[in-house]
Amino acid sequence: MRRLSIARREALTTLWLAGPATLAMVLFIFLPVAIVALLSFTDYQFGATTLNWTGLENYQRLLGSTLGQRAITNTLLYVAIVIPASVALGLLVALGLHRMTGWAPGLAHALRAVYFLPVAATLVAMSVAWQMVLHPSLGVVNHVLAALGGEPRNWLSDRGLVLYTLAVIGIWQTVGYNMVLFLAGLVAIPPELYDAAEVDGAGGGWSRFWTVTWPMLGPTTLFVLVVTATNAFRVFETVATLTRGGPAFASDTLVYALYREGFVYFKAGYASAITMVFFAFLLILTFAQIRIVEKKVHYR
Amino acid sequence: MIRKFLGRAVSTTLLLVGAAAILLPFVWMLSLSVKPRDEIFSTEISLLPSRLEWRNFVVALTSTDVPLFLWNGLVVVVGILVFQLLFAVPCAYALAQRTFRARALVFGLVLAGLLVPFHVTAIPIFLGFAQAGILNTYWALILPFIPTAFGIFLFRQAISQLPAELFEAARVDGLSETAIVWRITFPLVLPAATAFAIFSVTAHWNDLFWPLIATTDPQLATPPRGILYFRDEESGDDVGPLMAAALIITAPLVIAFLLAQRKFTQGLAASGLK
Repeated sequence: MRRLSIARREALTTLWLAGPATLAMVLFIFLPVAIVALLSFTDYQFGATTLNWTGLENYQRLLGSTLGQRAITNTLLYVAIVIPASVALGLLVALGLHRMTGWAPGLAHALRAVYFLPVAATLVAMSVAWQMVLHPSLGVVNHVLAALGGEPRNWLSDRGLVLYTLAVIGIWQTVGYNMVLFLAGLVAIPPELYDAAEVDGAGGGWSRFWTVTWPMLGPTTLFVLVVTATNAFRVFETVATLTRGGPAFASDTLVYALYREGFVYFKAGYASAITMVFFAFLLILTFAQIRIVEKKVHYR
Repeated sequence: MIRKFLGRAVSTTLLLVGAAAILLPFVWMLSLSVKPRDEIFSTEISLLPSRLEWRNFVVALTSTDVPLFLWNGLVVVVGILVFQLLFAVPCAYALAQRTFRARALVFGLVLAGLLVPFHVTAIPIFLGFAQAGILNTYWALILPFIPTAFGIFLFRQAISQLPAELFEAARVDGLSETAIVWRITFPLVLPAATAFAIFSVTAHWNDLFWPLIATTDPQLATPPRGILYFRDEESGDDVGPLMAAALIITAPLVIAFLLAQRKFTQGLAASGLK
């Protein structure tokens, strides 16, 4: 009898410790995922009292309409620009700063802080600042362009330009983050490897990079790629602040479309389908990331 | 020797140019925030104002709701962090240092939870909050973020590295499990807690997505939501105070980052796992 009561008391203690968090996860994560998946097959609108099962209609509309396709291709194009640029720049900055630490540690430290600043800063407030930097008549970019003899541009209201402008801001925001991850990777490379490479005749900077640095950074690079991709897919703040998906949906992205359709037009069913497509993209990326992290552990 | 010097000169120049590009919006924001109105709208462009216009800051702080936005941001960010810790640390302790039948299941839920970005859960949570009538309250801004799979994961990693004998000894001394969690475990995992706090505070101070959905009342606006209200109201004539407001809203995190760079970089770099 006594043993049973001890066991029961232990179980109650566990419940008291782990129960609230588990319940909260079910309530705010798993139940909503199930509901959003179900809603995506209905025509539900916020505030409506009825809903009808419409099968794949929402998905057909998203993947079949120009507007839906636009949101998807814009997101993919944005991701395709931000990933290579911010990963390559992050790597270059990390390499430069890693070397500089050897002869000017103070300057290297200060520059590292500068590059990381956009990661900590409030993106919405910085977007408001970007808006003034890129202002057609008052902005510093157009003034400098004019002084150099170039044409002033409408960076945020030119249909052909706006997505690239947002991508540049995205790159501006993520270079510092990637730099930090690469710096950590560089520090972890054992110096003996460079000595060994020198003995083998790979003494120059270029061959040192290709024989030692690049292969040793492989796992870090893959990790950085996936993290950058995941973050780029979620682009929302800059779109909501600077363009609201416009002009003429030229900068509409998946998360912004989900916000607009769901919470401005209250089409919960259709917005749920957008959510599921967004989720599918991210899940594919996350599974890639898990495999990479496993590889990384294996590598060390 | 000359080659080495040249190499350094070139890479340093490139790094400085890059840093200047990174700083551009910060410098421009700072410059506009202290510029008199006529100089902002002049066709001549200059980085430095002819005189410092502190009125921009006075206007931002006294005749707008910026102080209220900061207060709302503080309430939401602290509220989220406190509840996250209250829920996550005991659960992580149970997962790391206790054996129970559902342990694999609960840990499986944590790992699965890591896969779900917040955006995915927004529509059902909005529906539920609308039903419960708690949209447009602080609770609406805090509640959805209390379960943090990332936090539980992080704390479980830290707690499982503590020696099991420590907890045995505490139990022998007659401490309750709750006391062990808060008086012994929590102080020992403080580094993990700091990293998590930096991640959580930064993420929620800067978030726009959920505040845009869950609140329509300007009195509840968090800093990013608030600055958009301000911008849409002033509609382009009051750039100086707007930039001052943007600066004031960005300042807390930027200053905290500059004061604790190592901790900040670690805390934010850890979020890559999320």
